[in-house]
Amino acid sequence: MSEDHDHDHSHDHDHAHDHAHDHGTPHPLAPEDNSPPGRYELMIMAIRDLMIEKNLITAEQVRKGFETLDSWQPARGAQIVARAWTDPAYKARLLADGNEAIADFGINMGGAKLTVVENTESVQNVIVCTLCSCYPRAVLGLPPDWYRSKAYRARVVVEPRAVVKELGLEIPDDVAIRVHDSLADLRYLVIPRRPAGTEGWNEAQLAAIVTRDCMVGVANPQVA
Amino acid sequence: MTKPLSAGDRVRIAAVNPPGHRRTPFYIRGKIGVIERACGEFANPEELGHGFDGMPKKRLYRVRFKQTDLWQNYRGGPGDTVDVDVYEHWLQPLPAQSSGQGERA
Repeated sequence: MSEDHDHDHSHDHDHAHDHAHDHGTPHPLAPEDNSPPGRYELMIMAIRDLMIEKNLITAEQVRKGFETLDSWQPARGAQIVARAWTDPAYKARLLADGNEAIADFGINMGGAKLTVVENTESVQNVIVCTLCSCYPRAVLGLPPDWYRSKAYRARVVVEPRAVVKELGLEIPDDVAIRVHDSLADLRYLVIPRRPAGTEGWNEAQLAAIVTRDCMVGVANPQVA
Repeated sequence: MTKPLSAGDRVRIAAVNPPGHRRTPFYIRGKIGVIERACGEFANPEELGHGFDGMPKKRLYRVRFKQTDLWQNYRGGPGDTVDVDVYEHWLQPLPAQSSGQGERA
């Protein structure tokens, strides 16, 4: 891992990394991982060690890199959604150019392009990456295990209604499901519908009900 | 680079199976969709994935497919769709259709 952590994972990394999963190699940081390292994991470790040996990076920079990645939490996305709910002009900017709009919060997508899609009374958007696990890390942090699972990736494009129902979300027949397969240089963020009962709430109150899964589209915000 | 496409244009995804690192999933190969939007130009990840520089850049589009066009016995409404990010070299432009499909997006 390089010292430049402002970007979402590069595609090369994301894909090479996740292809390793496809061949049965667990995530190098997974706590339950007691198996011997796989080919890509060994390559990553070897490159890291060589770069440290050649004084191109330091072990501390590598550690800080993971610390930075782990510091990216879904709360970053929630504040963006809350602003979009309360400020129509901001929402218009967000839908037109996600990268430009999230710069208001000091968030930088790096090389990827943030594409924001909005749920309406007739459309529910759902995000997946069938190829690996492309995810808008800069705004949502690291993807949940279910998002990376082969079952979700394979099934949600074929039977999205069944998959979201298993996750507790029943989509009425008159609402279209729009699945977005994130395979290239775009990353997706869903603006869920603002629920009734939140009139007059401020951005912080609103952000509190915008959970991670709402921004992937497999859940909708709830008012307690 | 190919001629730019616009929202609403009908396209067929190439029904080919080249070796190497490819970003176009099998489930849309050979299928017909509609350009939802043009997304700009990006270094070609299918080249980057093999250590090349990804040049020349390729135009990227979001292509919208009707679920019922992709899967037999799809269980869901006729409005259900999948939007897929596809690079220009996978797209074969089709003549406009008067039935209205080309007017979506």
